[in-house]
Amino acid sequence: MKTRTIRVNYLARVEGQGGLYVKIRGNTVEDVKLNIFEPPRFFEAFLRGRSCEEAPDITSRICGICPVAYQMSAVHAIEDALGLKVDGQLRALRRLAYCGEWIQSHTLHVYMLHAPDFLGYPDGIQMARDHQGIVQRGLKLKKTGNEIMRVLGGREVHPINVRIGGFYKAPSKASLRALSEQLKWAREAALETIRWVASMPFPDFEQDFVFVALRHENEYPFNEGRIVSSRGLDIGVHDFEQHFTEEQISYSTALHSALEGNGGYLVGPLARYNLNFGRLSPVAQEAARGAGLRPVCRNPFQSIVVRSIEILQACDEALRLIDQYELPESPVIEVRLKAGTGYGCTEAPRGILYHRYRFDEHGTILDAKIIPPTSQNQKAIENDLKQFVSRNVALPEEELRGRCEQVVRNYDPCISCSTHFLKLQIDRG
Amino acid sequence: MECSNVKAPVVVIGIGNPCRGDDSVGRIVVRRIKRRNLPFLRAIEHEGEGTSLMELWRGASHVIVVDAVSSGSVTGTIHRFDALLQSLPRQLFSVSTHGFGLVEAVELARALKQLPARLVIFGIEGTRFKVGTKPSVGIQEAVAYVIDRVLEEARSV
Repeated sequence: MKTRTIRVNYLARVEGQGGLYVKIRGNTVEDVKLNIFEPPRFFEAFLRGRSCEEAPDITSRICGICPVAYQMSAVHAIEDALGLKVDGQLRALRRLAYCGEWIQSHTLHVYMLHAPDFLGYPDGIQMARDHQGIVQRGLKLKKTGNEIMRVLGGREVHPINVRIGGFYKAPSKASLRALSEQLKWAREAALETIRWVASMPFPDFEQDFVFVALRHENEYPFNEGRIVSSRGLDIGVHDFEQHFTEEQISYSTALHSALEGNGGYLVGPLARYNLNFGRLSPVAQEAARGAGLRPVCRNPFQSIVVRSIEILQACDEALRLIDQYELPESPVIEVRLKAGTGYGCTEAPRGILYHRYRFDEHGTILDAKIIPPTSQNQKAIENDLKQFVSRNVALPEEELRGRCEQVVRNYDPCISCSTHFLKLQIDRG
Repeated sequence: MECSNVKAPVVVIGIGNPCRGDDSVGRIVVRRIKRRNLPFLRAIEHEGEGTSLMELWRGASHVIVVDAVSSGSVTGTIHRFDALLQSLPRQLFSVSTHGFGLVEAVELARALKQLPARLVIFGIEGTRFKVGTKPSVGIQEAVAYVIDRVLEEARSV
């Protein structure tokens, strides 16, 4: 029987280094491997012996695209151990920082990394030659997110203003108000983005995902909430490790995650949207309906639409937060170190990011655990690939290879984050 | 990111990750230039994310970028590219883990007709890129040489 191999040695338009291997015997997909060969990062080991107060800045170095997510999961975990509750305007500022990160991270992926797949371009640069105005809009939209991060975090990449108990410095009301006009433009640009991506051609490819995301009582989730799934899981962050396990896979430097009783699961925009549709702002819900989406979307190719809806949500939320902002009396609440173990889980642009820290009475970290979204999505990516190739096995080699890469990019994988983590090979013998 | 002389006619950008050995070489060059406090240039350290690089050189007429490259040559080998005359070889600058980095920024700016009037890129060959490593000993000589070349380019404006 004829065997084919599809091999992509280095996946393009993803963050970090990885590849793909697909083995097809006859018309049956025998094996799919997402190879993550970016070297291990060892951050959990680096953290041992350091002060818990350093954890937000050390872990933010894991990723240049989602540093706020690392800072947020770190501070929430440590504050959990210390029995601290950051509320009021300081909590609002943390949500605002997350709005900035979602806007810049999602916009980069939607416009420069993912859209070329749907419009038939090999990359965003060649797309820009034919769609200058659209790409200009994307760059300006992304910049809006970066500006929020710069004002709140001191700089656009690896912001340095977040600390246990709050911030080093709270922004003035005027500095935030100065972002409003740009954000009002960005909200309209996000609506145009949704209309643009909704018109793209999507393959009929619904998957029976187990969605996992945070769910807050009344907010679209950023920093807080219970961990819920589309199969009835509903747990506090403390119980994460009792339900989710990690295992080593020989072909990947990223650990694979599994949900007890389900195996693979999906985190990220699609999961958040499906589990929290009712918590989107009215304008985002209306835009989703206008884009032809129902409250539940199971087609991973439409993640580009959902990501765009989340850009709108983040712009809308940022405007609301800025409008209601009052300078807090102090940028930080009192922090008293003590021994303890703390758990944090927040919604990074690519999905839930779990941190656990144990530290002594001086705050020295004894051990740490970090589970990023991309490593949690590996099984779902491999399963999508298996299903997609099985249904499209007759496609010519080059087209199939390109579509496989697109399947991976549906997830906006951040390989740099997941290593502890992508090359595509299709093996047809 | 550090800036000085905001209105200076020449922008010098050093790209890299300070925690990844030779990848930090662009930032080392720029940091040393910055210490000289020269009035005719603005020295900026940068992580290498492409769209914010485009923002940095927006409106600037003369931009010099220093970055680490990996082509298999001897450590410290220096490559010079005039981005107005040629595309950057993507494989040389694949050290970055960014899906959208320097090469993409240059080519996107070209497609959008947003390249500065002059854009010169120095690539310094690195061989040690693991997290937590120091730059190779052999790269120091290249640092000194590239500083001289960058200043020569900047003074010629």
